[in-house]
Amino acid sequence: MGKRVLVTGADTFWGGRMVQALEADRDVEVIIGIGTHSPSVPFERAEFVKSDQAYSIISRIVKATQVDTVVHTFLVVDSTLVSARAMHEINVIGTMNLLAAAGATGSTVRQVVVKSSTLVYGSSEKDPNTFSEETPRSSPARTRVERSLIEAESLVRDFAEDSPSTSVAVLRFANVLGNDIITSFSKNLSRPLCPSITGFDPLLQFVEEDDVVRALEFVTMRRVSGLFNVAGDGRLPWSEVASICGTRLLPLPIWSPARAIFPLIKMGYYELPPEMVDLLRYGRGVDTHKLKDAGFTYRYSSAGAVRNFIQAIRLKRGAGRKPKSYTYEHDVEQFFRNSRSVVHDVNQ
Amino acid sequence: MPTYKDHKAVETASGPARLRSSTAIVPIPRQAGQTGGESVDRLSDVDEWGRSEHMRTIIRTIYEPIYSKWFRAEWCGLEKIPRDGGALLVANHAGAIPSDAPVIMHGIEKELGRPVYGLADYFFKTIPVLGTMWARAGGVSANPDNAYRLLRDKGQLAVVFPEGTKGPSKSFTDRYQLRRFGRGGFVEIAMRAGVPVIPIAVVGSEESMPVVFRVPFVARALGVPYFPVTANLIAFGPLGALLPFPAKFKLRVLDPIRFDVPPDQDRYSKSRVMDEAEKIRTQLQDTLYEMLRERRSVWFG
Repeated sequence: MGKRVLVTGADTFWGGRMVQALEADRDVEVIIGIGTHSPSVPFERAEFVKSDQAYSIISRIVKATQVDTVVHTFLVVDSTLVSARAMHEINVIGTMNLLAAAGATGSTVRQVVVKSSTLVYGSSEKDPNTFSEETPRSSPARTRVERSLIEAESLVRDFAEDSPSTSVAVLRFANVLGNDIITSFSKNLSRPLCPSITGFDPLLQFVEEDDVVRALEFVTMRRVSGLFNVAGDGRLPWSEVASICGTRLLPLPIWSPARAIFPLIKMGYYELPPEMVDLLRYGRGVDTHKLKDAGFTYRYSSAGAVRNFIQAIRLKRGAGRKPKSYTYEHDVEQFFRNSRSVVHDVNQ
Repeated sequence: MPTYKDHKAVETASGPARLRSSTAIVPIPRQAGQTGGESVDRLSDVDEWGRSEHMRTIIRTIYEPIYSKWFRAEWCGLEKIPRDGGALLVANHAGAIPSDAPVIMHGIEKELGRPVYGLADYFFKTIPVLGTMWARAGGVSANPDNAYRLLRDKGQLAVVFPEGTKGPSKSFTDRYQLRRFGRGGFVEIAMRAGVPVIPIAVVGSEESMPVVFRVPFVARALGVPYFPVTANLIAFGPLGALLPFPAKFKLRVLDPIRFDVPPDQDRYSKSRVMDEAEKIRTQLQDTLYEMLRERRSVWFG
């Protein structure tokens, strides 16, 4: 019997990519996507359920569908995307409800995979050069997104302790760059001038978006459990990242750098959340041995991810905007899934 | 092992990766021929510690006259430093802006051709420009985890000054009197990493920039560990902050100390650690006295 997988945040970038990756896998029998908005990518065989941000209906879904695996991609790691309140709802309350559903008596869930971020390590002058999974933070969390992720992870840790028969994997991803994803980093790097902090040239690690999906798929399908850092090999100084991307550094004042370009941030030209300011000062490095030892291989190094990203940007600039290829229509999706007229052939 | 001199040749061989003129305050050094698949995508040769061999070459070129003409550094027992594998170098630390660190790093790189990472207070990281320069020059935060990774995983040489800021901040009247060696953390790291500790006694740094007195309230206001008024400042004005006196530098490498304990333990006997640290301190102190006994002149050795 194949896996029955529930993917949270199926309407978001990562959830959508994850559902698509799982659909291609024959060992996955059922895929349920849950999200707050309509999916932005077409699903072949996955079913989609709409929910509120805090996933209050999740226990009913888990009970009804008897899923054995939960892939929790819906943790907000970019504080520019949602309000502070929504971030708390999504990261903390959403995770809490999800884990409550997964840990309820009679629950069929045997595996939980969580997509977290290396933001939980923070970034400060007291940091070690390299964080391994066990290294504690060297300073208290200063930003909201870090606090909410730490809280969400501690809920997962408690869950893992309380349910020893469930395999729990938490993946902490470094900053992501890729063909499609838009983050604060990708936004800033695609401008002719890119924010930096005067006199600081931190070392950064990146992970390519395909490697993110592949890592999530890897731990899901291999039923790997534990805490893992995920980042491409090597580290680059921020100035080199900018150089590869063909942008120049815009040196901002050491104190409150975001205030110096405040109008541009308001206009949406730059994004400089506090966690990024910390990163542009002190950087962050993580040890990725553990996941590699478990058998995962990366396609991209940090530098490779940056190069791939800028090539995608150049293509976008050169080729003009692609037409929107897909719009979710509930009735159409229902027709394809439930109508007797549609020929279902899984083995094709 | 790549030698430092051939880096220009490798650079031209590395092909089309040309660096766009950068607006970086601290310029990115050009790639100096790395091995491994990652190098294709790289523009600079900054390693995971922030050190750049290219930057080191520039710094070595600038520092060489200071090292050999100004301080006329003279080594004794350099052969005791291993040619490969990790070792923790431990030295006395003195002079308001201590010249012992660059002299040791420069000297070993010049004579043995292998890099030395300098472990320093994380305070350096917080200083703009200087902090970045320090990292590019081989400076690393003195964090036990960093030291362990450098020594055990990378098999590198690291130099540490167990006195910390207590060494360079002491006044000239206390010259060559070793301060407390922290909590012996350096011994524990060497035990955990399974590498020897190699003490180096340095004479000359005290006289290169003698601390006349300290101004604690300025230090507090600036947020720096100490604010010394040096003889150099009095003699040359503000320029004195950059200009050490040409004291003769003599460095003596002592026998490597190996600890017969298994590496990678969570804990080591605290009393053993403290004993070993104290033994090294005493040995270093005795060597300093011996070197001072033999020294005829501060300026000519």
